[in-house]
Amino acid sequence: MKIGILAVQGDFEAHATMLEQLGAQTAEVRTPADLEGCDGLILPGGESTTQLKFLQEEGLADKIVKFAERGGAIFGTCAGAILLASDVRHPEQDSLHLMDMTVVRNAYGRQIASDVVSGPTVLKKEPLEMVFIRGPVIERAGPGVKVLAEYAGKPALVQRENIMAATFHPELTDDTTVHEHFLSLAKARAKQPTNGGKSSS
Amino acid sequence: MEVKKPNGSGNGSKGSNEWRVKVGLAEMLKGGVIMDVTNAEQAKIAENAGACAVMALERVPSDIRKEGGVARMASIKVIREIMATVTIPVMAKVRIGHFAEAEVLQALEVDFIDESEVLTPADEENHIWKHDYRVPFVCGARNLGEALRRIAEGAAMIRTKGEAGSGNVVEAVRHMRTIVSQMKKLTTMRDDELMHEAKELGAPLDLVRQIAKTGKLPVPNFSAGGIATPADAALVRRLGAEAVFVGSGIFKSSDPEARAKAVVKSTTHFEDAKAVLEAHEELGEAMRGLDVRQLEEKDMLSTRGW
Repeated sequence: MKIGILAVQGDFEAHATMLEQLGAQTAEVRTPADLEGCDGLILPGGESTTQLKFLQEEGLADKIVKFAERGGAIFGTCAGAILLASDVRHPEQDSLHLMDMTVVRNAYGRQIASDVVSGPTVLKKEPLEMVFIRGPVIERAGPGVKVLAEYAGKPALVQRENIMAATFHPELTDDTTVHEHFLSLAKARAKQPTNGGKSSS
Repeated sequence: MEVKKPNGSGNGSKGSNEWRVKVGLAEMLKGGVIMDVTNAEQAKIAENAGACAVMALERVPSDIRKEGGVARMASIKVIREIMATVTIPVMAKVRIGHFAEAEVLQALEVDFIDESEVLTPADEENHIWKHDYRVPFVCGARNLGEALRRIAEGAAMIRTKGEAGSGNVVEAVRHMRTIVSQMKKLTTMRDDELMHEAKELGAPLDLVRQIAKTGKLPVPNFSAGGIATPADAALVRRLGAEAVFVGSGIFKSSDPEARAKAVVKSTTHFEDAKAVLEAHEELGEAMRGLDVRQLEEKDMLSTRGW
Protein backbone atom coordinates (compact mmCIF):
# COMPACT_ATOMS: atom_id res chain seq x y z
CA MET A 1 0.00 0.00 0.00
CA LYS A 2 1.42 3.37 -1.02
CA ILE A 3 0.46 6.71 0.54
CA GLY A 4 1.33 9.92 -1.25
CA ILE A 5 2.09 12.99 0.87
CA LEU A 6 1.70 16.43 -0.64
CA ALA A 7 5.22 17.85 -0.24
CA VAL A 8 4.70 21.36 -1.54
CA GLN A 9 5.19 23.03 1.82
CA GLY A 10 4.48 22.06 5.43
CA ASP A 11 5.08 19.16 7.84
CA PHE A 12 5.09 16.39 5.23
CA GLU A 13 8.09 14.69 6.84
CA ALA A 14 6.27 14.23 10.14
CA HIS A 15 3.47 12.36 8.33
CA ALA A 16 6.00 10.22 6.44
CA THR A 17 7.74 9.25 9.68
CA MET A 18 4.48 8.16 11.29
CA LEU A 19 3.20 6.25 8.23
CA GLU A 20 6.50 4.43 7.77
CA GLN A 21 6.41 3.49 11.44
CA LEU A 22 3.04 1.87 10.67
CA GLY A 23 4.54 -0.07 7.76
CA ALA A 24 3.13 1.98 4.88
CA GLN A 25 5.18 2.97 1.85
CA THR A 26 5.22 6.75 1.30
CA ALA A 27 5.89 8.99 -1.69
CA GLU A 28 6.33 12.77 -1.79
CA VAL A 29 3.83 14.35 -4.18
CA ARG A 30 4.83 17.55 -5.99
CA THR A 31 3.47 16.94 -9.49
CA PRO A 32 0.39 15.17 -10.91
CA ALA A 33 2.61 12.26 -12.02
CA ASP A 34 3.72 11.65 -8.39
CA LEU A 35 0.13 10.70 -7.51
CA GLU A 36 0.16 7.67 -9.83
CA GLY A 37 -0.07 4.39 -7.98
CA CYS A 38 -1.03 5.91 -4.62
CA ASP A 39 -3.86 4.35 -2.58
CA GLY A 40 -4.09 7.28 -0.23
CA LEU A 41 -3.03 10.92 -0.09
CA ILE A 42 -2.13 13.11 2.88
CA LEU A 43 -2.57 16.88 2.73
CA PRO A 44 -0.27 17.97 5.58
CA GLY A 45 -0.23 21.04 7.80
CA GLY A 46 1.45 24.21 6.57
CA GLU A 47 0.08 27.37 5.04
CA SER A 48 -3.13 26.73 3.12
CA THR A 49 -2.73 29.88 0.98
CA THR A 50 0.73 28.74 -0.15
CA GLN A 51 -0.40 25.16 -0.76
CA LEU A 52 -3.57 26.16 -2.63
CA LYS A 53 -1.66 28.37 -5.07
CA PHE A 54 0.64 25.50 -5.81
CA LEU A 55 -2.14 22.97 -6.32
CA GLN A 56 -3.85 25.28 -8.77
CA GLU A 57 -0.74 26.24 -10.71
CA GLU A 58 0.65 22.73 -11.00
CA GLY A 59 -2.65 21.23 -12.12
CA LEU A 60 -2.68 19.13 -8.96
CA ALA A 61 -6.04 20.43 -7.68
CA ASP A 62 -8.08 18.74 -10.46
CA LYS A 63 -6.02 15.60 -10.19
CA ILE A 64 -6.67 15.34 -6.42
CA VAL A 65 -10.42 15.82 -6.91
CA LYS A 66 -10.39 13.02 -9.52
CA PHE A 67 -8.34 10.84 -7.17
CA ALA A 68 -11.05 11.30 -4.52
CA GLU A 69 -13.85 10.59 -7.01
CA ARG A 70 -12.20 7.31 -7.95
CA GLY A 71 -12.28 6.32 -4.28
CA GLY A 72 -8.76 7.29 -3.23
CA ALA A 73 -8.46 7.91 0.51
CA ILE A 74 -7.49 11.48 1.47
CA PHE A 75 -6.56 12.85 4.89
CA GLY A 76 -6.05 16.58 5.45
CA THR A 77 -4.56 17.96 8.68
CA CYS A 78 -4.94 21.64 9.64
CA ALA A 79 -4.08 23.45 6.36
CA GLY A 80 -5.04 20.19 4.62
CA ALA A 81 -8.47 20.29 6.28
CA ILE A 82 -8.90 23.86 5.03
CA LEU A 83 -8.08 22.70 1.49
CA LEU A 84 -10.72 19.94 1.72
CA ALA A 85 -13.56 22.10 3.09
CA SER A 86 -16.46 23.17 0.88
CA ASP A 87 -16.64 26.56 2.61
CA VAL A 88 -13.63 28.50 3.96
CA ARG A 89 -13.95 31.70 6.02
CA HIS A 90 -11.79 34.28 7.79
CA PRO A 91 -11.02 35.17 5.10
CA GLU A 92 -12.90 33.41 2.32
CA GLN A 93 -10.65 31.24 0.24
CA ASP A 94 -11.01 28.79 -2.64
CA SER A 95 -10.59 25.07 -1.92
CA LEU A 96 -10.99 21.55 -3.30
CA HIS A 97 -14.62 21.23 -2.01
CA LEU A 98 -14.20 17.57 -1.07
CA MET A 99 -15.84 17.71 2.39
CA ASP A 100 -19.16 19.38 3.13
CA MET A 101 -18.11 21.61 6.03
CA THR A 102 -17.49 25.23 6.97
CA VAL A 103 -14.00 25.96 8.27
CA VAL A 104 -12.82 29.17 9.95
CA ARG A 105 -9.08 29.79 9.52
CA ASN A 106 -6.82 30.80 12.43
CA ALA A 107 -9.91 30.61 14.61
CA TYR A 108 -8.05 30.42 17.93
CA GLY A 109 -5.84 33.42 17.16
CA ARG A 110 -2.14 33.71 16.44
CA GLN A 111 0.72 31.36 17.36
CA ILE A 112 0.62 32.39 21.01
CA ALA A 113 -2.76 30.60 21.24
CA SER A 114 -1.35 27.33 19.85
CA ASP A 115 -1.55 24.52 22.41
CA VAL A 116 -1.61 20.81 23.15
CA VAL A 117 -5.02 19.67 24.46
CA SER A 118 -7.13 16.52 24.43
CA GLY A 119 -10.67 15.63 23.43
CA PRO A 120 -13.05 12.67 23.18
CA THR A 121 -12.92 10.36 20.17
CA VAL A 122 -14.90 7.38 18.88
CA LEU A 123 -11.64 5.75 17.74
CA LYS A 124 -10.54 4.73 21.24
CA LYS A 125 -11.62 4.83 24.89
CA GLU A 126 -9.08 7.37 26.12
CA PRO A 127 -9.19 11.01 25.01
CA LEU A 128 -7.12 11.87 21.97
CA GLU A 129 -4.12 14.17 22.33
CA MET A 130 -4.44 17.11 19.94
CA VAL A 131 -1.68 19.52 18.90
CA PHE A 132 -3.24 22.74 17.60
CA ILE A 133 -0.92 25.13 15.72
CA ARG A 134 -2.64 28.25 14.44
CA GLY A 135 -5.51 25.86 13.93
CA PRO A 136 -8.83 26.29 12.15
CA VAL A 137 -12.26 25.46 13.61
CA ILE A 138 -14.94 23.38 11.91
CA GLU A 139 -17.99 25.59 12.41
CA ARG A 140 -20.41 23.33 10.54
CA ALA A 141 -20.21 19.70 9.47
CA GLY A 142 -22.68 18.84 6.71
CA PRO A 143 -25.08 15.88 6.59
CA GLY A 144 -23.25 12.59 6.10
CA VAL A 145 -20.08 13.92 7.76
CA LYS A 146 -19.16 11.74 10.76
CA VAL A 147 -17.52 13.41 13.73
CA LEU A 148 -14.72 11.12 14.98
CA ALA A 149 -13.30 13.47 17.62
CA GLU A 150 -14.22 16.75 19.25
CA TYR A 151 -12.53 19.53 21.12
CA ALA A 152 -14.41 22.16 23.14
CA GLY A 153 -17.70 21.05 21.64
CA LYS A 154 -16.57 21.47 18.02
CA PRO A 155 -15.72 18.73 15.53
CA ALA A 156 -11.92 18.31 15.36
CA LEU A 157 -11.67 15.07 13.33
CA VAL A 158 -14.29 14.27 10.69
CA GLN A 159 -14.82 11.67 8.00
CA ARG A 160 -17.07 11.26 5.02
CA GLU A 161 -16.58 7.98 3.18
CA ASN A 162 -12.99 8.00 1.90
CA ILE A 163 -12.13 11.55 3.04
CA MET A 164 -10.86 12.56 6.52
CA ALA A 165 -9.99 15.96 7.95
CA ALA A 166 -8.43 17.04 11.28
CA THR A 167 -8.03 20.57 12.58
CA PHE A 168 -5.10 19.38 14.74
CA HIS A 169 -1.83 17.51 14.06
CA PRO A 170 -1.91 13.80 14.99
CA GLU A 171 1.43 13.51 13.13
CA LEU A 172 3.11 15.59 15.86
CA THR A 173 2.20 13.14 18.64
CA ASP A 174 3.31 9.59 19.48
CA ASP A 175 -0.27 8.33 19.15
CA THR A 176 -0.82 6.50 15.85
CA THR A 177 -4.60 5.98 16.29
CA VAL A 178 -5.72 8.51 13.67
CA HIS A 179 -3.20 7.42 11.04
CA GLU A 180 -4.12 3.77 11.61
CA HIS A 181 -7.74 4.67 10.93
CA PHE A 182 -6.71 6.48 7.74
CA LEU A 183 -4.64 3.49 6.60
CA SER A 184 -7.71 1.25 7.05
CA LEU A 185 -9.55 3.51 4.56
CA ALA A 186 -6.66 3.38 2.11
CA LYS A 187 -6.42 -0.39 2.52
CA ALA A 188 -10.09 -0.81 1.67
CA ARG A 189 -9.40 1.03 -1.57
CA ALA A 190 -6.23 -0.94 -2.33
CA LYS A 191 -8.33 -4.15 -2.21
CA GLN A 192 -10.90 -2.92 -4.73
CA PRO A 193 -10.49 -4.72 -8.05
CA THR A 194 -11.32 -1.53 -10.02
CA ASN A 195 -8.53 0.38 -8.34
CA GLY A 196 -7.38 2.98 -10.87
CA GLY A 197 -4.18 3.80 -9.02
CA LYS A 198 -3.04 0.18 -8.69
CA SER A 199 -3.76 -0.81 -12.26
CA SER A 200 -1.60 1.99 -13.59
CA SER A 201 1.45 0.84 -11.69
CA MET B 1 13.39 11.86 8.56
CA GLU B 2 13.58 12.18 12.32
CA VAL B 3 10.76 14.31 13.65
CA LYS B 4 11.28 16.47 16.67
CA LYS B 5 9.44 15.08 19.61
CA PRO B 6 9.80 17.27 22.66
CA ASN B 7 10.33 14.46 25.12
CA GLY B 8 13.26 13.16 23.18
CA SER B 9 14.76 16.55 22.53
CA GLY B 10 16.60 16.60 25.84
CA ASN B 11 17.01 20.33 25.63
CA GLY B 12 15.67 21.05 29.07
CA SER B 13 12.83 23.25 27.87
CA LYS B 14 10.28 23.92 30.54
CA GLY B 15 6.82 22.73 29.67
CA SER B 16 7.18 20.21 26.90
CA ASN B 17 3.81 21.07 25.35
CA GLU B 18 5.00 24.62 24.86
CA TRP B 19 8.15 23.36 23.16
CA ARG B 20 6.10 21.10 20.90
CA VAL B 21 3.91 23.88 19.53
CA LYS B 22 6.96 26.09 19.02
CA VAL B 23 8.88 23.49 17.01
CA GLY B 24 5.53 22.49 15.48
CA LEU B 25 5.11 25.89 13.83
CA ALA B 26 8.68 25.65 12.49
CA GLU B 27 7.74 22.23 11.03
CA MET B 28 4.76 23.84 9.26
CA LEU B 29 7.06 26.28 7.46
CA LYS B 30 9.26 23.57 5.94
CA GLY B 31 9.62 23.59 2.18
CA GLY B 32 8.57 27.22 2.04
CA VAL B 33 10.01 30.70 1.59
CA ILE B 34 10.01 33.35 4.31
CA MET B 35 10.35 36.83 2.85
CA ASP B 36 11.63 40.07 4.39
CA VAL B 37 9.08 42.87 4.07
CA THR B 38 9.11 46.46 5.28
CA ASN B 39 5.45 47.36 4.81
CA ALA B 40 1.96 45.89 4.35
CA GLU B 41 2.06 46.29 0.57
CA GLN B 42 5.20 44.18 0.28
CA ALA B 43 3.70 41.65 2.69
CA LYS B 44 0.70 41.25 0.40
CA ILE B 45 2.96 40.75 -2.63
CA ALA B 46 4.88 38.09 -0.68
CA GLU B 47 1.69 36.29 0.37
CA ASN B 48 0.30 36.37 -3.16
CA ALA B 49 3.53 34.93 -4.47
CA GLY B 50 3.20 31.95 -2.11
CA ALA B 51 5.48 32.90 0.79
CA CYS B 52 4.78 30.69 3.84
CA ALA B 53 5.58 33.56 6.24
CA VAL B 54 6.87 37.13 6.19
CA MET B 55 9.58 38.79 8.28
CA ALA B 56 8.74 42.36 9.28
CA LEU B 57 11.67 44.72 9.55
CA GLU B 58 12.39 48.41 9.31
CA ARG B 59 14.92 48.27 6.47
CA VAL B 60 16.06 45.30 4.40
CA PRO B 61 19.64 44.22 5.19
CA SER B 62 21.17 45.77 2.05
CA ASP B 63 19.79 49.18 3.09
CA ILE B 64 21.00 48.70 6.67
CA ARG B 65 24.41 47.97 5.20
CA LYS B 66 24.30 51.07 2.99
CA GLU B 67 22.79 53.55 5.42
CA GLY B 68 24.48 52.38 8.59
CA GLY B 69 23.28 53.62 11.98
CA VAL B 70 21.68 51.48 14.66
CA ALA B 71 19.24 48.91 13.31
CA ARG B 72 16.46 48.09 15.80
CA MET B 73 13.18 46.18 16.02
CA ALA B 74 10.72 47.46 13.37
CA SER B 75 8.08 50.07 14.14
CA ILE B 76 5.09 48.58 15.97
CA LYS B 77 2.69 50.42 13.68
CA VAL B 78 4.22 48.79 10.60
CA ILE B 79 4.25 45.31 12.18
CA ARG B 80 0.60 45.75 13.18
CA GLU B 81 -0.34 46.77 9.63
CA ILE B 82 1.45 43.73 8.23
CA MET B 83 -0.28 41.45 10.76
CA ALA B 84 -3.64 42.90 9.75
CA THR B 85 -2.92 42.49 6.02
CA VAL B 86 -1.77 38.87 5.64
CA THR B 87 -3.07 35.57 7.04
CA ILE B 88 0.30 33.77 6.89
CA PRO B 89 2.55 33.86 10.01
CA VAL B 90 4.29 37.16 10.71
CA MET B 91 7.82 37.11 12.11
CA ALA B 92 9.79 40.09 13.37
CA LYS B 93 13.41 40.68 14.33
CA VAL B 94 14.90 41.72 17.65
CA ARG B 95 18.47 42.69 18.42
CA ILE B 96 20.72 39.96 19.84
CA GLY B 97 20.28 39.92 23.62
CA HIS B 98 17.51 42.53 23.63
CA PHE B 99 14.96 40.64 25.72
CA ALA B 100 12.84 43.75 26.26
CA GLU B 101 12.27 44.08 22.50
CA ALA B 102 11.37 40.37 22.49
CA GLU B 103 8.84 40.91 25.29
CA VAL B 104 7.27 43.73 23.28
CA LEU B 105 6.95 41.51 20.20
CA GLN B 106 5.45 38.70 22.28
CA ALA B 107 2.92 41.15 23.73
CA LEU B 108 2.14 42.21 20.17
CA GLU B 109 1.58 38.49 19.39
CA VAL B 110 3.85 38.12 16.40
CA ASP B 111 4.05 34.44 15.41
CA PHE B 112 7.86 34.03 15.45
CA ILE B 113 10.78 36.16 16.72
CA ASP B 114 14.13 36.28 14.94
CA GLU B 115 16.98 37.15 17.30
CA SER B 116 19.02 38.51 14.46
CA GLU B 117 22.58 39.54 13.70
CA VAL B 118 21.15 41.78 10.96
CA LEU B 119 20.14 44.26 13.65
CA THR B 120 22.74 45.98 15.82
CA PRO B 121 23.47 43.69 18.80
CA ALA B 122 22.25 44.93 22.19
CA ASP B 123 24.42 42.50 24.16
CA GLU B 124 27.82 41.28 23.02
CA GLU B 125 27.92 38.34 25.43
CA ASN B 126 24.45 37.06 26.12
CA HIS B 127 21.72 35.93 23.81
CA ILE B 128 18.09 35.93 24.97
CA TRP B 129 17.01 33.01 27.18
CA LYS B 130 14.34 31.91 24.74
CA HIS B 131 12.76 29.22 26.93
CA ASP B 132 11.05 32.02 28.83
CA TYR B 133 8.77 32.85 25.90
CA ARG B 134 5.64 31.29 24.50
CA VAL B 135 6.40 32.69 21.05
CA PRO B 136 8.97 30.58 19.17
CA PHE B 137 12.39 31.99 18.21
CA VAL B 138 14.66 31.49 15.21
CA CYS B 139 18.38 32.25 15.47
CA GLY B 140 21.24 32.36 13.00
CA ALA B 141 24.28 30.08 13.11
CA ARG B 142 27.53 29.72 11.18
CA ASN B 143 28.47 26.32 12.55
CA LEU B 144 27.14 23.47 14.65
CA GLY B 145 28.41 24.77 17.97
CA GLU B 146 26.60 28.07 17.48
CA ALA B 147 23.42 26.27 16.37
CA LEU B 148 23.45 24.04 19.47
CA ARG B 149 24.09 26.94 21.85
CA ARG B 150 21.03 28.71 20.41
CA ILE B 151 18.91 25.55 20.63
CA ALA B 152 20.01 25.08 24.25
CA GLU B 153 18.80 28.64 24.91
CA GLY B 154 15.43 27.69 23.42
CA ALA B 155 15.54 28.47 19.68
CA ALA B 156 12.85 26.41 17.91
CA MET B 157 14.41 26.92 14.48
CA ILE B 158 17.95 27.49 13.20
CA ARG B 159 18.89 29.32 10.02
CA THR B 160 22.31 29.80 8.52
CA LYS B 161 23.45 33.36 8.96
CA GLY B 162 24.92 33.69 5.49
CA GLU B 163 25.88 37.29 4.81
CA ALA B 164 22.62 39.24 4.86
CA GLY B 165 22.12 42.02 2.34
CA SER B 166 25.07 40.91 0.21
CA GLY B 167 23.10 39.18 -2.55
CA ASN B 168 25.95 36.68 -2.41
CA VAL B 169 25.14 33.11 -1.45
CA VAL B 170 28.71 32.08 -0.63
CA GLU B 171 28.43 32.51 3.16
CA ALA B 172 25.07 30.70 3.36
CA VAL B 173 26.69 27.81 1.47
CA ARG B 174 29.71 27.84 3.75
CA HIS B 175 27.53 27.80 6.88
CA MET B 176 25.18 25.07 5.66
CA ARG B 177 28.05 22.85 4.52
CA THR B 178 29.83 23.41 7.84
CA ILE B 179 26.80 22.51 9.95
CA VAL B 180 25.97 19.43 7.87
CA SER B 181 29.53 18.10 7.82
CA GLN B 182 29.99 18.71 11.56
CA MET B 183 26.81 16.71 12.20
CA LYS B 184 28.01 13.93 9.90
CA LYS B 185 31.28 13.78 11.81
CA LEU B 186 29.43 13.34 15.11
CA THR B 187 27.58 10.30 13.75
CA THR B 188 30.91 8.56 13.13
CA MET B 189 32.33 9.17 16.61
CA ARG B 190 32.54 6.78 19.54
CA ASP B 191 30.72 7.66 22.76
CA ASP B 192 34.03 8.33 24.50
CA GLU B 193 34.98 10.91 21.87
CA LEU B 194 31.84 13.01 22.20
CA MET B 195 32.81 14.86 25.38
CA HIS B 196 35.93 16.23 23.73
CA GLU B 197 33.95 17.13 20.63
CA ALA B 198 31.33 18.91 22.76
CA LYS B 199 34.15 20.92 24.33
CA GLU B 200 35.58 21.77 20.90
CA LEU B 201 32.16 22.83 19.60
CA GLY B 202 31.31 24.71 22.78
CA ALA B 203 27.99 22.89 22.79
CA PRO B 204 26.00 21.06 25.48
CA LEU B 205 26.88 17.37 25.67
CA ASP B 206 23.28 16.13 25.65
CA LEU B 207 22.59 17.85 22.31
CA VAL B 208 25.91 16.59 20.89
CA ARG B 209 25.01 13.03 21.90
CA GLN B 210 21.57 13.40 20.37
CA ILE B 211 22.98 14.52 17.02
CA ALA B 212 25.54 11.70 17.10
CA LYS B 213 22.49 9.41 17.12
CA THR B 214 20.16 11.17 14.64
CA GLY B 215 22.54 13.09 12.36
CA LYS B 216 20.05 15.97 12.38
CA LEU B 217 19.35 19.10 14.38
CA PRO B 218 16.48 18.62 16.86
CA VAL B 219 14.74 21.64 15.28
CA PRO B 220 14.18 22.59 11.62
CA ASN B 221 17.28 23.86 9.82
CA PHE B 222 16.64 26.66 7.34
CA SER B 223 18.93 28.84 5.23
CA ALA B 224 19.30 32.61 5.04
CA GLY B 225 21.72 35.35 4.05
CA GLY B 226 22.49 36.22 0.42
CA ILE B 227 19.90 34.13 -1.43
CA ALA B 228 18.98 36.23 -4.50
CA THR B 229 17.89 33.89 -7.31
CA PRO B 230 15.74 30.76 -7.77
CA ALA B 231 18.90 28.73 -8.36
CA ASP B 232 20.39 30.09 -5.10
CA ALA B 233 17.32 28.76 -3.28
CA ALA B 234 17.62 25.37 -5.01
CA LEU B 235 21.32 25.26 -4.12
CA VAL B 236 20.86 25.72 -0.37
CA ARG B 237 17.92 23.29 -0.37
CA ARG B 238 20.13 20.69 -2.06
CA LEU B 239 22.78 21.26 0.61
CA GLY B 240 20.29 20.47 3.39
CA ALA B 241 18.21 23.60 4.08
CA GLU B 242 14.61 22.64 4.87
CA ALA B 243 13.29 26.07 3.84
CA VAL B 244 14.74 29.44 2.87
CA PHE B 245 14.63 33.03 4.05
CA VAL B 246 14.97 35.68 1.34
CA GLY B 247 15.75 39.18 2.47
CA SER B 248 16.94 41.94 0.18
CA GLY B 249 16.93 39.54 -2.80
CA ILE B 250 13.23 40.05 -3.55
CA PHE B 251 12.44 43.70 -2.99
CA LYS B 252 15.85 44.97 -4.13
CA SER B 253 15.49 43.24 -7.50
CA SER B 254 14.00 44.86 -10.61
CA ASP B 255 10.92 42.58 -10.50
CA PRO B 256 9.83 41.71 -6.92
CA GLU B 257 6.53 40.00 -7.80
CA ALA B 258 7.94 37.71 -10.47
CA ARG B 259 11.06 37.00 -8.45
CA ALA B 260 9.11 36.17 -5.28
CA LYS B 261 7.04 33.65 -7.24
CA ALA B 262 10.08 32.20 -8.95
CA VAL B 263 11.96 31.67 -5.68
CA VAL B 264 8.90 29.93 -4.16
CA LYS B 265 8.68 27.63 -7.17
CA SER B 266 12.33 26.63 -7.14
CA THR B 267 12.34 26.15 -3.36
CA THR B 268 9.60 23.52 -3.66
CA HIS B 269 10.94 21.87 -6.83
CA PHE B 270 14.58 22.17 -5.76
CA GLU B 271 15.45 18.74 -7.13
CA ASP B 272 13.86 19.33 -10.52
CA ALA B 273 16.21 21.33 -12.77
CA LYS B 274 13.46 21.90 -15.35
CA ALA B 275 11.28 23.60 -12.75
CA VAL B 276 14.20 25.75 -11.58
CA LEU B 277 14.82 26.65 -15.23
CA GLU B 278 11.17 27.65 -15.63
CA ALA B 279 11.50 29.75 -12.49
CA HIS B 280 14.41 31.61 -14.08
CA GLU B 281 12.61 32.31 -17.38
CA GLU B 282 11.49 35.90 -17.82
CA LEU B 283 13.18 37.14 -14.68
CA GLY B 284 14.77 40.58 -14.82
CA GLU B 285 17.93 41.63 -13.08
CA ALA B 286 18.77 40.26 -9.66
CA MET B 287 19.95 42.64 -6.96
CA ARG B 288 23.49 43.82 -7.38
CA GLY B 289 25.62 41.67 -5.10
CA LEU B 290 28.71 42.26 -3.01
CA ASP B 291 31.95 40.31 -3.04
CA VAL B 292 32.16 39.36 0.63
CA ARG B 293 35.95 39.05 0.38
CA GLN B 294 36.03 42.82 -0.14
CA LEU B 295 34.07 43.40 3.08
CA GLU B 296 36.00 44.40 6.14
CA GLU B 297 35.50 42.53 9.39
CA LYS B 298 33.49 45.44 10.82
CA ASP B 299 31.08 45.27 7.87
CA MET B 300 30.36 41.54 8.25
CA LEU B 301 26.96 40.93 9.85
CA SER B 302 27.49 37.18 10.29
CA THR B 303 30.24 37.66 12.89
CA ARG B 304 27.77 39.28 15.28
CA GLY B 305 26.69 36.88 18.03
CA TRP B 306 28.77 33.79 18.85
